[in-house]
Amino acid sequence: MAEVLVVVEATRAFGVKKVTLELLTLARELGTPAAVVLGGPGAAGELTARLAEYGAAKVYAAESEQIDGHLVAPKATVLAELIRRVQPAAVLLASTQEGKEIAARLAVKLDNGILTDAVAVAADGTATQVAFAGGTLVTARVTRGLPLVTVRPNSVAPVAAPAEPAVEQLAVTLAATDTLARVVDRVAEQKGSRPELTEASVVVSGGRGVGSADNFKLVEEMADALGGAVGASRAAVDSGFYPHQYQVGQTGKTVSPQLYVALGISGAIQHRAGMQTSKTIVAVNKDGEAPIFELADYGVVGDLFKVVPQAVEEIRKRA
Amino acid sequence: MKIVVLVKQVPDSGADRHLRPDDHTVDRGSANNVINEMDEYAIEEALRIAEANGGEVTVLSMGPERAAESIRKALSMGPDKAVHVTDDALAGSCAVATSAVLAAALRTLAPDLVLCGAESTDGRVQVMPHMLAERLGVAALTGARKLTVDGGTLTIERQTEEGYELVTAGTPAVVSVWDTINEPRYPSFKGIMAAKKKPVQVLGLADLDIPAEQVGFAGATSVVLEHSQRPPRSGGAKIADEGDAGARLVEFLATEKFV
Ligand SMILES: Cc1cc2nc3c(=O)[nH]c(=O)nc-3n(C[C@H](O)[C@H](O)[C@H](O)COP(=O)(O)OP(=O)(O)OC[C@H]3O[C@@H](n4cnc5c(N)ncnc54)[C@H](O)[C@@H]3O)c2cc1C
Ligand SMILES: Nc1ncnc2c1ncn2[C@@H]1O[C@H](COP(=O)(O)O)[C@@H](O)[C@H]1O
Repeated sequence: MAEVLVVVEATRAFGVKKVTLELLTLARELGTPAAVVLGGPGAAGELTARLAEYGAAKVYAAESEQIDGHLVAPKATVLAELIRRVQPAAVLLASTQEGKEIAARLAVKLDNGILTDAVAVAADGTATQVAFAGGTLVTARVTRGLPLVTVRPNSVAPVAAPAEPAVEQLAVTLAATDTLARVVDRVAEQKGSRPELTEASVVVSGGRGVGSADNFKLVEEMADALGGAVGASRAAVDSGFYPHQYQVGQTGKTVSPQLYVALGISGAIQHRAGMQTSKTIVAVNKDGEAPIFELADYGVVGDLFKVVPQAVEEIRKRA
Repeated sequence: MKIVVLVKQVPDSGADRHLRPDDHTVDRGSANNVINEMDEYAIEEALRIAEANGGEVTVLSMGPERAAESIRKALSMGPDKAVHVTDDALAGSCAVATSAVLAAALRTLAPDLVLCGAESTDGRVQVMPHMLAERLGVAALTGARKLTVDGGTLTIERQTEEGYELVTAGTPAVVSVWDTINEPRYPSFKGIMAAKKKPVQVLGLADLDIPAEQVGFAGATSVVLEHSQRPPRSGGAKIADEGDAGARLVEFLATEKFV
């Protein structure tokens, strides 16, 4: 069976991202999963065990300061070289900013079609994508080149399938144009140890109704009680209640957790764009006419400042 | 500094949007078409840079004839001129083909700086800036929430999931921006009047030496097989708080195994 290349995403704090484990799970349907780690010196070492646990039959490692120190372009160059050599059945990347950027460059380098924001990929490489705020489902196929697909986090459940991968080091040979955009610093702003927003299985979001940055502690408490991530509506972000990287919606993150809790959010179409494919939706809003109730599986018409503290206490009691 | 801002016309994200039943392309006929929101931030950034450093701002858009309205709207914010690439053969173009066309137009303009939105709301694909940089062999600084220009050196704060990265490159470069970067100005009455007289150069495929069969449906690198509307979600239980809604909510979460 031909290899299916899975481009690994990892964070310093948590190691291999959940979406990569999902991609490895998905890759088994298409061929033999092979993980590609692209990072600084030693990057693959700490990740290989986890990749093996989820079925990577092979790990390709491209480790170089040049990769770590520049934006995206070196990764695409190394990958294009690998793809030309091993002629995989498909290439899967996470539908994240970086995943899409790498895929974009690969599409041009290889003169290959590209499908983004897939939520499913069939054995023949046909992808199901969601368009327009999750309201439209599209099935599409690459007609030039191999299936080059970016897949949204939380599209499949990761399933372990232990393998014993050989690790192959890749040569990193770059063009001058690959090292034009230099990363001079990385600044962490992530607070605490909450799961990453797009990957979390529970997301608790606050809107304008939360009222202030200080009151967002309530949203955080609910998230922590449920082991979830914190999100925010654009109105909450624009009002300075919570940082922009936590914005959910059309111009923010798209999330698709098992449980989405909307606190003091009206449910504008642009907000729904980022969350309406969540499995279960719960809303607390004092306005019984708020559109968020049209999609909530469980809605509470009430004051979030009364409902949420009681709920948090109740969850803690049960823990 | 010569700046080109890429502006895409998209259907309003605040209204219902559809794909056409016949060819699965974005239905632009029935939709209220607007400037892709993120591109307004790119225009604003371009104007600020030109105001601070001197320079000329050109709007570049590829799209059907009716994209001309959005181009005028963009010009009313302040850019000097525009290039509109339009050709019947472009209908159905995939991202790869679109990038070839925009790159060809950019080569004729030879800008120091290309500003784009971080993503378009109809495609939401975030691919164009890197595709263009790849084709043009220039730096791509993408996902900027802040951009500093110091002579020929550009530095951005690139928003990431964990915080931000400081990324730097010399011109020429492609920079894409998020809506956190600035607050776009509203066109003034004077701006709207002035826009009517600003030059808009219309280019077809022949002007860019691109064969028609390499773009549009004919040259597409991917194909949509089918599409469907997702069934709308329907609301479930809705309770009014009578002092115990927090507990009842947790009861619901427990039956769904979340607690
Ligand atoms: C191009 C474009 C892109 C956009 N992108 C996004 C996006 O990515 N994400 C996004 O979220 N929005 C986006 N928006 C904005 C969107 O249209 C809405 O303005 C926004 O989602 C509203 O946020 P909100 O629900 O928090 O605020 P509001 O609409 O003001 O709703 C606040 C809600 O809180 C309730 N409330 C108030 N106090 C309490 C209380 N004590 N207890 C319980 N409930 C209370 C109110 O009843 C109300 O329903 C976009 C808009 C445009 C034009
Ligand atoms: N047809 C187009 N004409 C002009 N600019 C475009 C076009 N398509 C995309 N862009 C630019 O590329 C950015 C990212 O688009 P996308 O990759 O489609 O998400 C947009 O915000 C625009 O600035």
